[in-house]
Amino acid sequence: MSSILEVRDVSVNFGGIVALDGVSFDVPRGGILGLIGPNGAGKTTLFNCLSRLYVPSSGDILFDGKSILSTSPYRMARLGIGRTFQNLALFSRLTVLDNVKVGAHCSSHTDFLSNALRLPWVKRDERRMEDKAWALLEYLELTDVAHLPTAGLPFGTQKRVELARALAADPKLLLLDEPAGGLNHEEVEELGKLFRKIRDDRQLTVLLVEHHMSLVMAISEQVVVLNFGRKIAEGTPAQVRADPEVVHAYLGTKH
Amino acid sequence: MDAQLGAKVREIAALASGAKLSRLQWIGIAVAIAVGLIVPLLVSDYRTFQFTLVLVYAMAVLGLNILTGFNGQFSLGHSAFFAIGAYTAAIMMDHWEIAYYWTLPAAGVVCLIAGFLFGLPALRLEGLYLALATFALSIATPPLLKYDHLSEWTGGVQGVVITKPDAPFGLQISQDNWLYYFTFVVLLVLYFCAWNLLRGRTGRALKAIRDNPIAAQAMGINTALYKSLTFGVSALYTGVAGALGAIAIQFVAPDSFTFFLSVAILVGMVIGGIGSIPGSIFGGIVIVFVPNVAEQISKAAPWAVYGTLLILCMYFMPLGIWGFIRMGYARLTRRRKAD
Ligand SMILES: Nc1ncnc2c1ncn2[C@@H]1O[C@H](COP(=O)(O)OP(=O)(O)OP(=O)(O)O)[C@@H](O)[C@H]1O
Ligand SMILES: [Mg+2]
Repeated sequence: MSSILEVRDVSVNFGGIVALDGVSFDVPRGGILGLIGPNGAGKTTLFNCLSRLYVPSSGDILFDGKSILSTSPYRMARLGIGRTFQNLALFSRLTVLDNVKVGAHCSSHTDFLSNALRLPWVKRDERRMEDKAWALLEYLELTDVAHLPTAGLPFGTQKRVELARALAADPKLLLLDEPAGGLNHEEVEELGKLFRKIRDDRQLTVLLVEHHMSLVMAISEQVVVLNFGRKIAEGTPAQVRADPEVVHAYLGTKH
Repeated sequence: MDAQLGAKVREIAALASGAKLSRLQWIGIAVAIAVGLIVPLLVSDYRTFQFTLVLVYAMAVLGLNILTGFNGQFSLGHSAFFAIGAYTAAIMMDHWEIAYYWTLPAAGVVCLIAGFLFGLPALRLEGLYLALATFALSIATPPLLKYDHLSEWTGGVQGVVITKPDAPFGLQISQDNWLYYFTFVVLLVLYFCAWNLLRGRTGRALKAIRDNPIAAQAMGINTALYKSLTFGVSALYTGVAGALGAIAIQFVAPDSFTFFLSVAILVGMVIGGIGSIPGSIFGGIVIVFVPNVAEQISKAAPWAVYGTLLILCMYFMPLGIWGFIRMGYARLTRRRKAD
């Protein structure tokens, strides 16, 4: 079983709008797959199906060979699908450290009563989460802002906090929705290296939605192109870049 | 050296997130406990009784704070949980002659269940709609307590009279002093548990739901379960407060638990400090003493004075009393550093 994720003929409707129209593709395990397309193509909608926020009107989604369509949204993290959000979705009043610790929520099972009494295993669990969170903060160079609430931080820093928070759950599949939004050219290049490093260090699979073509083309092994909810092309970056329909629909309008 | 710096950075972050208390905070707690222990020795029995009520309302305010301040759910219905706790205690003591201290865990469990069950359907409601649903709960409470078929238990309009417990072990202190110390210990235990609950994994989950429910769910938090359980815990705190209030006042009657009580608890939370554990104590003080002060200022129109005092509080302390103290302290230390 080489595909970690199989998207099978997924369609999503919002009233009259068809946001996804029979989209199918596989995500190979351990790879970085770029998902691109013009604004409104349905990329975020697909992510929201993968985290079970939206329900497809037809089709199926298999993760590790099993359908996820009857799984509760809150179970997705424990199952191994982690994500970041296109428009930041941090816990604004919590500190950076606490945001990352919330990311590790699904890695343990402590209940209200044992927390209220702070029983020994809760203490042990807290220490474990503390160490894990600090390791991630160091990994992503966030230790200097660990004590600050996320609300006032620069956009790029907040994006990195989201990444740390997503990694805290030890996902097998990481969904990144426009992680380079708002960054300058050099920062984008740095970010590309970081994603590769994360993938190699932590042996996970990355599904990357991004408008920075240079980033997608540089780090993805495979690219899937959506337009108006349909898949119009799929292949290596070179193949996709040469595809006339893609050039017409997307790259053509951009350059 | 590097390890030392790391430890320092970790310490600062732990203090900032409230997982640990600073030396100053520990000193503050020690002083507050000392003051709490000494107060009844210095004042009359009636004042001691009033301070017992401060502790009772401080518990209720903490209950509401856990729900609203930390989890972002509104409630105008906490008078109902206060009433359930009070009647549980009254009925147990009056009908079954059960000792007063057993009524607290019973009131807590009954309210935990009631709050959880109310929290389940309330999951579908947010913001103003939740405020409306809880408002309905609170205005339905007094008529329910007066209901004929329940009056064998509730005493109908007359309510239930209960006797004040004596100090145990032949202690030579007044009933009022004993009840004060008893309430004080219960308060310490409940506050300690709340602090534990809020500084660990569950507390972070509650606050995460408040700040961003969608992201909280994506991080693996069972938001529906957590929100209902939080409603239950909040009701538990308020119910135990209700039971202790009933024992202190020696009387429960339907009209003590009107919508106005819900508003009073809400006012206590806002003026004390939303989302603050120590602020809840100030909330209790506000609930008991601000109406008193208002009446002393004007016997003719105490509520007009009360309203004015509230507006002044909100104007000068928009983050509540605890926020005001924190900001004042921050300004002081900054000035000292600048010198
Ligand atoms: N909750 C929703 N309700 C109604 N329509 C929606 C909803 N979410 C998405 N859509 C619509 O579905 C289509 C696809 O949107 P989506 O956000 O998935 O695009 P995208 O590819 O992520 O675009 P962008 O690059 O701008 O982020 C759009 O037409 C959008 O308006
Ligand atoms: Mg999008």
